[in-house]
Amino acid sequence: MAVIRQIVLEGAQLLLVLALAPLFTGYVRKVKARLLRRRGPPVWQPYLDLARLLRKEVVLAENASWLFRAVPYLVFAATWVAAALVPTFVSGLASGHAADLIAIVALIASTRFFLALAGLDVGTSFGGIGSSREMMFATLAEPAMIMIVFTLALIAGSTQLSTIAEVFVGPSVGLRVSLGLALVALVLVAIAENSRVPVDNPATHLELTMVHEAMVLEYSGRHLALIELAAALKLLLYASLIACVFAPWGIAPSGAGLLAFAIGVLLYGAKVAVIGFLLAFFETSIAKMRVFRVPEFLGVALMLGLLGTLLLFVTRSL
Amino acid sequence: MSLALHAGFLAGAWLVLAAAAIPLTRSPRGSEVFYVLAALVSAAGAASAIYAAIGTLPLTLSVPIGLPGLGTRLRLDALSAVFAVIVNGAACITSLYAIGYGREEPEPLRVLPAYALFLFGMNLVLIADDAFSFLIAWEFMSLSSWVLVVVRHRDAESRRAGLLYLMMAALGTIALLFAFGVLAGGEGAYTFDAVRGRTLTPITAGIALLLVLIGTGSKSGLVPLHAWLPPAHAAAPSQVSALMSGVMTKVGVYGFIRIVFDLLGPPVWWWSMLVLALGGLTCVLGVLYALMQHDLKRLLAYHTVENIGIIYIGLGLALGFEAYGMNWAAALALTAALFHVFNHCSFKSLLFLGAGAVQTSTGERDMEKLGGLIHRMPRTAFLFLVGCVAISALPPLNGFVSEWLTFQAILLSPDIPNWGLKFLVPAVGAILALSAALAAACFVKAFGVSFLGRPRSPAAERAHETDPFSLAAMGLFALLCALAGIFPGIVIDLLSPAVSLLVGSKMPVQAALPWLSIVPIAESRSSYNGLIFFLFIAFSASLAALAIHRFASDKLRRAPSWDCGYPDPSPWTQYTASSFAQPIRRVFGTFVFRARETVEMPAPGDMGAARMHLELRDLIWDYLYAPAAAFVGFAAEALNPLQFQTIRRYLGLVFLALVSLLLVLALWP
Amino acid sequence: MRGIAFDIAHLLAGSLVLVSLLQLYQDRLSALLNTFALHAFVLALSVAWQAFVQDAPHLFVTALIALVFKAIVIPVALHRIIIRLGIHREIETVGGIGLTMLAGVGLVALSIMLMLRLTAYADPLARIDFAFALAVVLIGLMMMVTRRNAVSQVVGFMSLENGLILAATGARGMPLVVEISVAFSVLIAFIVIGIFLFRIRERFDTVDVGALDRFRGDRR
Repeated sequence: MAVIRQIVLEGAQLLLVLALAPLFTGYVRKVKARLLRRRGPPVWQPYLDLARLLRKEVVLAENASWLFRAVPYLVFAATWVAAALVPTFVSGLASGHAADLIAIVALIASTRFFLALAGLDVGTSFGGIGSSREMMFATLAEPAMIMIVFTLALIAGSTQLSTIAEVFVGPSVGLRVSLGLALVALVLVAIAENSRVPVDNPATHLELTMVHEAMVLEYSGRHLALIELAAALKLLLYASLIACVFAPWGIAPSGAGLLAFAIGVLLYGAKVAVIGFLLAFFETSIAKMRVFRVPEFLGVALMLGLLGTLLLFVTRSL
Repeated sequence: MSLALHAGFLAGAWLVLAAAAIPLTRSPRGSEVFYVLAALVSAAGAASAIYAAIGTLPLTLSVPIGLPGLGTRLRLDALSAVFAVIVNGAACITSLYAIGYGREEPEPLRVLPAYALFLFGMNLVLIADDAFSFLIAWEFMSLSSWVLVVVRHRDAESRRAGLLYLMMAALGTIALLFAFGVLAGGEGAYTFDAVRGRTLTPITAGIALLLVLIGTGSKSGLVPLHAWLPPAHAAAPSQVSALMSGVMTKVGVYGFIRIVFDLLGPPVWWWSMLVLALGGLTCVLGVLYALMQHDLKRLLAYHTVENIGIIYIGLGLALGFEAYGMNWAAALALTAALFHVFNHCSFKSLLFLGAGAVQTSTGERDMEKLGGLIHRMPRTAFLFLVGCVAISALPPLNGFVSEWLTFQAILLSPDIPNWGLKFLVPAVGAILALSAALAAACFVKAFGVSFLGRPRSPAAERAHETDPFSLAAMGLFALLCALAGIFPGIVIDLLSPAVSLLVGSKMPVQAALPWLSIVPIAESRSSYNGLIFFLFIAFSASLAALAIHRFASDKLRRAPSWDCGYPDPSPWTQYTASSFAQPIRRVFGTFVFRARETVEMPAPGDMGAARMHLELRDLIWDYLYAPAAAFVGFAAEALNPLQFQTIRRYLGLVFLALVSLLLVLALWP
Repeated sequence: MRGIAFDIAHLLAGSLVLVSLLQLYQDRLSALLNTFALHAFVLALSVAWQAFVQDAPHLFVTALIALVFKAIVIPVALHRIIIRLGIHREIETVGGIGLTMLAGVGLVALSIMLMLRLTAYADPLARIDFAFALAVVLIGLMMMVTRRNAVSQVVGFMSLENGLILAATGARGMPLVVEISVAFSVLIAFIVIGIFLFRIRERFDTVDVGALDRFRGDRR
């Protein structure tokens, strides 16, 4: 009985993140448009975009290989699994014991690895630009993320996300300096990883300003649909991560009743909406940085994460 | 079974094979027969090590050959058994590869006997139990691998690589000689049992540690003693490169573990700091060097340096934990280091074999002349990709597991009550994460530029798939990577006898856990389950594929790639290895390598080509090796007049030496 | 000992260190001045919280002085100065922001290591505040060393002084007279520096200290 309950909850979480991801992206775009005094596309536009892409024919470059065709499926599967591993409205699922926060970070790294390879596959310069810049950002974003994971794990005593969420809900954590540093660093890393302003403009197709878009330039049809959905899932993943770690109220344990789950889902929706609003606000109030300023930006995130970890190594009370 | 049988078989088989190689080279298929026999002998060696490990350990044997009054002592314990299985297993699969690869060897007489002696030397190091047999076996290993490095003796680059390797190996052996001298002390305790019985003063143990670091570090490739590694590994034939990179460096690590963990007694805190600092430095410098390379084999060799750094970080953590009595944490760190030894052996050998396949198939090692090989060598490309994914520490393959275990060990270190370590360990953790990310970038570059895209030279266009033996060998290594990633608990349990031998404690038994998870300390702390993870991803990927095929259009059309309206048939407009690494070079290389790019643009209207000039300096070479070589030259010049003296002067020197020694004897208190 | 007062004091002191590190990251003068205003604002909050926790009303005056003078008056005046000097769009060439930030984090680590070892028997609340204050002082000093523009050196000096004020308030009992005299001397120093900047600018057409070096007296 307990096993069936676990499977049902796991499936519910999988479907929830999948359904919510395009809505979240659409919501962020709508808020940005409104802040810029435009009407903006409707909030469900990404769903329509995905449906349109699925109907279209795939146009494949002449020397694209099997890797190029397989990467969208791999990237989508990895991002979906990673997004489903972050507790949204329920924690303590069995899958949490299979993969902890370090595994989630490594999953995101593997999606980036395969996307970079796909960028190099076609043999044009666009893919090369995107892949080389993306890997450069990754060399600083990934260690920053690992340092943030260390900070959280040292406070909570474990790298499992459900344990972290449970510990952070409790009274023993309080307002810590290292948590503040970890929050700032996580926000910086999230912006860089999701290719948002000021690191990369998600809406551009000018080659001087593209990073993520350049890697996936050759994709079309159902492959592009999968990649766009994966990007939306990644954004939702980071928003859920920030919500789960820094605002863990409302996440129900896996044995709770249906009412607790319903409240959890509503609270999760509210948290994600607030985060989306803040993201849109931040994106409209700042300009995009030039490419070689981004390592310094990410360097700040790495330093803050390192400082947070250092403080926790030195005293337990910080 | 007795050690006598194992050692006797080992000595007999390899030496006979070495001798038999000479007549075998005369026949046309002789090298294939040789490699088949080599594979069988190493498989038998691995099997006998496993068989001995199941029985009671340790096995010891004393043979009266060797120095009078000392003889030769051999010992097979859990640590030796683990390394023997790794060494012989890798040798077996590499010999399988060499059956196909070795057909093209123009001078087999230089390769085959030395190959057999190389494997003999490595196996003997693992079971040596006294200083002299250890050193003799060590030298055997070095000299036979030197012969293999200079196989292409007509090539100046190979000769230079061989000379550098010989000098560094000699330096390492001298350091080890002094180390054993320090450990033996006044009473001449040359057997390892006698050394274990001694209690060393802190100064003696510290000096011994430094000497052992120089000796074994130069063999494994610890910065700054790594400079011989890339030229030597690049110059040797590919099966030898795989063995040197994947196996011989591990024998160096074995030497370090054996002497420091087993013989030196309880560790002190500053040992841990030194090893951690060197490991971290090696790690990050190795991968940055690798990113700057465009020769495929040199890139892989520099990357070996990085992985050795990761192993030494694990060993340093284990020393730190042991110094403060946290043996269970030391077990975790040591298990992480040994797991990485196994991992690196499997994926680095796979990558070197792949690079060898590319080299035979295209004749090129330079990535800037490759490209598009995924269409022409599809199976090699797939196996090389598995190696790249494994080495970049991506789940669910094995590289991720050892990295995860190392991170878990780092998360246990705030409990160490030492201030220096409290600051060093987070910094080393950040360096480890940075190197992992840089390694992923390095292998995107290596795989992407060599195998993907369009061919950049006629050689790449003419490439063909390699022979089935090479593919089978690479496939076996890839299978090992996958199995170790999905079932890591089994590997951890196999390593635990060695770990408990060295630090007196071990990780919880993994086989008892449900669903084959691995748990470093307790289920409530952290756990990882490779199998469920892999199944979860496979399930979502298949679900996605099914849904797409059900609901989406399945039409597909081939067309030229997007070119902004300017069709470019030349493959030179795509990204090269140096251009891929340029952002990273600009961020890290300006400091570490003093990288300077200058671009000369022609005047407007001038149709000439623009030129980009890139200057990189190897600072370790400029500030350590070059001055050392200059000093040796200077000293040699200064001492040269001694060769040209008159007889009277020589007699005078002898007389002076004799008188001063007698004076010393007279005045000694 | 996990009281909320403890946490907020540490949080504010930690934020001061964070803003110091952010100052190192800026490469445009106007952004640097805005960050300095934020620095003074966080200092004012921290001192006000200490006044609340320690029940020392004269510290509220200190907080008010910090807020009015350093967060509002001085940055506005400096903004005006740099616009008149015409250097408000200058992008300063600092020797590698990455390395400077790495050195900044190293300095924070150094101060923590030092302070926590030296004050092993002191009040836990004050120990960590001292460590952060020392870090702010060292980072301010480093900013003075690694910047080429005279205005940025002034900002570095001011943030150094902010660190000293943080340390003094943490020590329980900084008399108001000290604060007034310190603020007064800072004001005088500021006026003098401002006058000198204009004179230098008039004479040499630049305030780049590297260029000024050429005009020094006895050369070797």
